[in-house]
Amino acid sequence: MNKPIRTVSIFCLVLFLALMINATYLQYWKAGALNDNPLNRRVQVAAYSQERGAILVGRNPVAESVKSDDQYKFQRTYPKPREFAPITGYFSYYGATAIERSRNSVLSGDDPRLFVKNFVDLLSSEPPQGGNVTLTIDAKAQRAAYDGLKGLGKDVQGSVVAIEPATGKVLAMVSLPTYDPNDLASHDLASVARKAQQLNEDPTEPLLNRAIQTRLPPGSTFKVVTSAAAIEKGLYDADSKVPGGVTYQLPLTSGPTGEIDNEGRNCGANGSKIPFRQAMEQSCNTAYAQIAEQVGAEDMAKTAEAFGFNQHYFDDLSPQALSVFPEELDKAQLGQTGFGQFDVSATPLQMAMVSAGIANAGSVMKPYLVDEEQSADLNVLSKTDPEKFSQAISAKTASEVTKLMVSTVDEGTASPAAIPGISVAGKTGTAQTGTDDTSPYAWFISFAPADNPEVAVAVMIQNADIPRDEVAGGLLGGPIAKSVMEAVIK
Amino acid sequence: MAAPSSTIMGFVHRRRRGAELFLLVLALIVGIGAYAAVGVGVQGEVPPDILGYGGWLVGLIIGAHVVIRLVAPYADPVLLPVVAALNGLGLAVIHRIDLAKEAAGDADGFAQQQLIWMTLGVGLFLVTLLAIRDHRLLQRFTYTSGLAAIVLLLLPMLPGIGRTINGARIWIHLGPFSFQPGELAKLLLVIAFAGYLVLHRDALALAGRRVLFVDLPRGRDLGPILAMWLVSLGILVFQHDLGSSLLFFGLFLIMLYVATERPGWLVVGGLMFVGGATLAYVLFGHVRIRFDIWQHPFDFYTAEQGGKSFQPVEAKFGMGWGGLIGRGFGDGDPNRVPYANSDFILSSIGEELGLTAVMAVLMMYGLIVERALRTALICRDAFGKLVATGLGTAIALQVFVVVGGVTGLIPLTGLTTPFLSYGGSSLVANWVIIALLLRISDQARRPLPSISDDTTAISSDDTQVVRLGASS
Repeated sequence: MNKPIRTVSIFCLVLFLALMINATYLQYWKAGALNDNPLNRRVQVAAYSQERGAILVGRNPVAESVKSDDQYKFQRTYPKPREFAPITGYFSYYGATAIERSRNSVLSGDDPRLFVKNFVDLLSSEPPQGGNVTLTIDAKAQRAAYDGLKGLGKDVQGSVVAIEPATGKVLAMVSLPTYDPNDLASHDLASVARKAQQLNEDPTEPLLNRAIQTRLPPGSTFKVVTSAAAIEKGLYDADSKVPGGVTYQLPLTSGPTGEIDNEGRNCGANGSKIPFRQAMEQSCNTAYAQIAEQVGAEDMAKTAEAFGFNQHYFDDLSPQALSVFPEELDKAQLGQTGFGQFDVSATPLQMAMVSAGIANAGSVMKPYLVDEEQSADLNVLSKTDPEKFSQAISAKTASEVTKLMVSTVDEGTASPAAIPGISVAGKTGTAQTGTDDTSPYAWFISFAPADNPEVAVAVMIQNADIPRDEVAGGLLGGPIAKSVMEAVIK
Repeated sequence: MAAPSSTIMGFVHRRRRGAELFLLVLALIVGIGAYAAVGVGVQGEVPPDILGYGGWLVGLIIGAHVVIRLVAPYADPVLLPVVAALNGLGLAVIHRIDLAKEAAGDADGFAQQQLIWMTLGVGLFLVTLLAIRDHRLLQRFTYTSGLAAIVLLLLPMLPGIGRTINGARIWIHLGPFSFQPGELAKLLLVIAFAGYLVLHRDALALAGRRVLFVDLPRGRDLGPILAMWLVSLGILVFQHDLGSSLLFFGLFLIMLYVATERPGWLVVGGLMFVGGATLAYVLFGHVRIRFDIWQHPFDFYTAEQGGKSFQPVEAKFGMGWGGLIGRGFGDGDPNRVPYANSDFILSSIGEELGLTAVMAVLMMYGLIVERALRTALICRDAFGKLVATGLGTAIALQVFVVVGGVTGLIPLTGLTTPFLSYGGSSLVANWVIIALLLRISDQARRPLPSISDDTTAISSDDTQVVRLGASS
């Protein structure tokens, strides 16, 4: 019987070899794929139990991990939750958003640049610590923007973005309504799930970062782009005269639907010419429709895209909505785009970039939110260098457009943003929503000081507790923009 | 020609009890060290009861060692240490899962129960060694143990004491005790098969038709294998126990092959297995689902998908998370896998101790099988050879079925991991199996009685005469 016993031994050897090879396959070759599987809660719990780095504004954390006594060891807390929620996002058991997500590798300590420190920690049996992320946010500007927007009432929906024109640093980014990320970072998972569901089902969409995720018709603030395109093309300068009119019948149309007006503002008689400054100060739709037609669809699109329309340019938060300047326009549609209607739509960040581009002599800087990444012992891992996005218009054109915007603050509709002693450039916008029962959207863009700009602001108010007739970009957005600019300059 | 044969006859196995003692010390270091490591890893301190616990383990194992010295001095020196190490590691891991359950709020103290079962197991191990001084005695009980095995297998089907747990009707409950009779049936079946095959192997070895270089058995001899096939199918159909079904049939097939030396039986049995498996797949939903889960584990994971593959997928995640060296005791989450302390204990080991420990455990099982088959090779009687082969392959098949199932090599079946898993019936039965193997190896390695010494002397004289004659 010994021969078959030897055969059986070989058979058993094969069985064991198969088990060993399969175990090696599972625990070595396939381990990475298993760990990356989104169903794998172990990896998430481990991430959740780690001491994450802080998200800092200046030296103050807006998100940090503090020790907790339960199984997860650390609790993520947000000292200024509602003000910074659109930027920090939340870090919950079920996932993360915004900076918590986009900079997760540094915050969690998984970043390869933290390898040496982690290795040293491992040897000295210190638990690994995540690195810190420093934001470009100016605490005072952020506070001013948040307080200003909140001051419009409790149901306000809107956003404020401020950019440093010379670098593209985002100095303030506020979105309302907002939420408390502490609720979602809680270790009481049942309450987190309840709260998350409640926030997801809320019709006012508090989880939305309106600064980058909501795009709306920019209305008259887009006249800045139209002006820039016209001047860049050499058609006019700030002192030229442009076609005006009480009403203007768009090409290819007849009757009241194709007839535009200026809601009673003084824009000259039909067929007359008015100064460019007046067209801007009084936000003359009739003038800008005609200017856009003179510029032509191609050059309008070229200028808009140079400012960032139809382009991706913001890497620090996602997802973000693409701002749109439509293609294949007929003449009537082209006229409407001249004052920011038809299918033109922009995020508040986009309009802040338009303002900042004019302020920075036509050079549009790529906006960014993360200034530095640091290891836990405060060594700088990376510092973001300002990067030029495009030279949208010449410096000469930019200074002409600036003149128009300054006189709009000094003499025209943007006067609520005027700061005594400082020259401010600005433009209002009030975009029609298309339906009568919803209020129009109020916009405001500005920068200051006009001669040496330090800050460019865009304010967007989607909805507020204000009667429909009283919504005007200048009245609502102007004071907010003013306080943000003052916070940066003073 | 006579010279080599005389050397073989004259070869005397050494007792190697000192080697066994040395290996036992290593095994105890594994068991007690693992227990201490669990305490340090999970609770941050060496468990306060380490002395009592360690003392208990040392007492059991050294007690077993002393009895072996007295009643089976030539027994294989590797088996007991390997088994002691596996049992100690298993206890530590079960204790680790206990602590995780405690943290989650349901304390059961499985490790303590397992230690009681281990004590009982070692006790029966000693009783077996003391009571059965010659394994050939067991041949008398061929039909008794066959009948007992069948009764044991049928017990769970009885209303009143039979229980269905996790879809498999393989448990009996008597008062507070629950018992999986299949584990003991495995041992009884090996004895019954061996006794039967020793008597009938000549008839079963007669060749029938020859197909492709293989002599197939005669049709009229197919009775026993057909009966075993039906029993296995019955276990699968009525008890939903895929693992035992596979184990019993494979066991019988291999013993039949060893007894008759006819590979033809493997062909016949293999075809019957494929046929039975296909039939079961076509006819029974629960077999089909097992197979589908094995093929596409991630498609059945979430609650919306039925959560049927939650356990195997979590086991895979755990083992992947463990990687090469494991998370360390207390730093993994093995309790995520349902039954992490019994059927899926290997995934707990893989998660917290890594591929390294999984390999070590598989090596230890491999050693047990190797020692059992080695015993079969050197055993002098056919019955002993068959029992040793049967017990060795039973362990090999069981490890393959359960570890293969946990790691996704084959569809999941549900058997205990010998000596590691929580479960009294399995642990006790396996200790008795080791006692039998030790008894057979003691018989096999023991020098022949002194009468053969004379024969050896004479034959070596003869050799000399022949050699002188040849040289002259």
